[in-house]
Amino acid sequence: MENENIIYAENLTKKFGSFVAVNSISFSVKKGEIYGFLGANGAGKTTAIRMLCGLSTPSSGKATVAGFDVYKQTENIKKNIGYMSQKFSLYEDLTVKENITFYGGIYGLSDKEIKEKTEYLLDILKIGDAKDKLIKSLPLGWKQKLAFSVAVIHNPKIVFLDEPTGGVDPLTRRQFWNMIYEEASRGITVFVTTHYMDEAEYCNRVSIMSDGIIAALDTPSKLKEKYNANTMHEVFVKIAR
Amino acid sequence: MRIIRFILKKEFLQIFRNKAMIPLIFFMPLVQLLILSNAATYEIKNIKFSVVDFDQSKFSRELISKFTSTGYFILTENSFSVAEAEEGFKKNTTKLVLNIPEDFEKDYRKNGTAKIHAIINAEDGSAAGIINNYTMNIVQQFAGGVKTEWSGIAALDNSPVININYSNWFNPELDYKTYMVPGILVALVSMIGMFLTGMNIVREKEIGTIEQLNVTPIKKMHFIIGKLLPFWIIGIFELAFGTTLGMLIFNIPMLGSPFLILLVASIYLLVILGMGLFISTFTNTQQQAMFIAWFFLVIFMLMGGIFTPVESMPDWAQKVTFFNPISHFSRTLRMIMLKGSGFYDVLNTIYVLAGYAAVMLTFAIFRYKKVEG
Repeated sequence: MENENIIYAENLTKKFGSFVAVNSISFSVKKGEIYGFLGANGAGKTTAIRMLCGLSTPSSGKATVAGFDVYKQTENIKKNIGYMSQKFSLYEDLTVKENITFYGGIYGLSDKEIKEKTEYLLDILKIGDAKDKLIKSLPLGWKQKLAFSVAVIHNPKIVFLDEPTGGVDPLTRRQFWNMIYEEASRGITVFVTTHYMDEAEYCNRVSIMSDGIIAALDTPSKLKEKYNANTMHEVFVKIAR
Repeated sequence: MRIIRFILKKEFLQIFRNKAMIPLIFFMPLVQLLILSNAATYEIKNIKFSVVDFDQSKFSRELISKFTSTGYFILTENSFSVAEAEEGFKKNTTKLVLNIPEDFEKDYRKNGTAKIHAIINAEDGSAAGIINNYTMNIVQQFAGGVKTEWSGIAALDNSPVININYSNWFNPELDYKTYMVPGILVALVSMIGMFLTGMNIVREKEIGTIEQLNVTPIKKMHFIIGKLLPFWIIGIFELAFGTTLGMLIFNIPMLGSPFLILLVASIYLLVILGMGLFISTFTNTQQQAMFIAWFFLVIFMLMGGIFTPVESMPDWAQKVTFFNPISHFSRTLRMIMLKGSGFYDVLNTIYVLAGYAAVMLTFAIFRYKKVEG
């Protein structure tokens, strides 16, 4: 069971009219893996993630997430995943505490669990002093870390992160990735898209999307070997060119 | 149910944290009632008129002073040329030109009849009608007065006299405020309900949080109830608040049961909120939602009998008002408040509104999708 495919996609395709956003991609993600889903802007990453999260119905192909079908069992998928979108997902006009309570509540946590989780998050994020501050008054880095914590508040099996570190300073990005590792060590599968190639190095396996197809898929070290490159950055430039 | 509780709590926190909301909820009804109910009346005062008096007799002067003494007319110009007086229409300095011909007094004394010519600016047809009525009334009173004067003793006058006694049921003083306030309350509740619901959901689309909600296992029904209930509560509160203001400030009667109003309003709000929700399913920005909601509201309000009577509309338009929720609600509200109509009197409207609400909500819920195609 250790190598169970928690995400499985075969010829997954999404068309918008005549435009093919995602062209027949196939891949699988193992349980507990940190899977980097890379690609240039407009390569189709977000569309692919939205299909896997049950936000968008595929045009054709097969896919299962946590064992559930992306066509028919989207509500079951939603119980088992967390999602942090490119667009900011917390409510700016609610406080830190109110956001945690709201998301905890709609994921079905009990009052006791919400209270415990709130205390725990305020503690590990070191934002106890800001618990009654409105989200809009917080620095971006704090917001992103909190958004991630909220995305995994219900201990999902998989968390999808769509460019979670966009616009964040290097130090905060480092802290953010520590949080990702921590969740992964607890058995959560992490599916992450990013622009930052240094972050790609942190992943167990990466795929690189270009023009709607997966152009390469392997561990970072094997990809570097194959493309005769020193860094993931060089690999990416060679593929996306 | 627990999930609905969390949505409600979040919505109320956001609504009351929005600085524009409190003034909107408390001052809008006050301002609308004070301004609109005083301004929107069918009565016309201070009508500017000019006189072309070719007779220059005691009689003609008396007629003119009859006009000015009513308080409805203001004499703006005295001239000896009809064409000159008519220029006033173009400059908007006159609405009525009273042309008194030579021999006005002489004819009247000789034949008992005399002619005057009234030219009315009929740009605004209904205003012209009212000015016409006023003019006829004044002239008739004046002629009657003259007649009595000449016949010496009124009692001996054996010409047939018909006295018409008007009695105005339900609004004895013909006070327009009594009629306008319920209508304005309807407009208010409809605007609040449709705008706020439509814009609230679209706002979540704009900032992207709707995506975060759609990726949770939240049930469509729970989400919709959580989104509509706050505005339903605000709508009911708004109506109660506005009605109380109307009763305190304008002494609007409340002959019927407030609970019946509550019942009808509850159903009516479902129609309006359903429309707001429906609009939010096919718009992506608050601007779009505003424009579309405004489009419907303007038609509903103008054709809903709030400001102009439905009876004065053409036949086809009267038939169309059956599909206008505002016309049902404003008519029913006036019936209950001003006439004291009871449950069975308004039962038909309740059926119509309930049917409308069911259709609208089903439509909106069907259109609202957590997964895009």
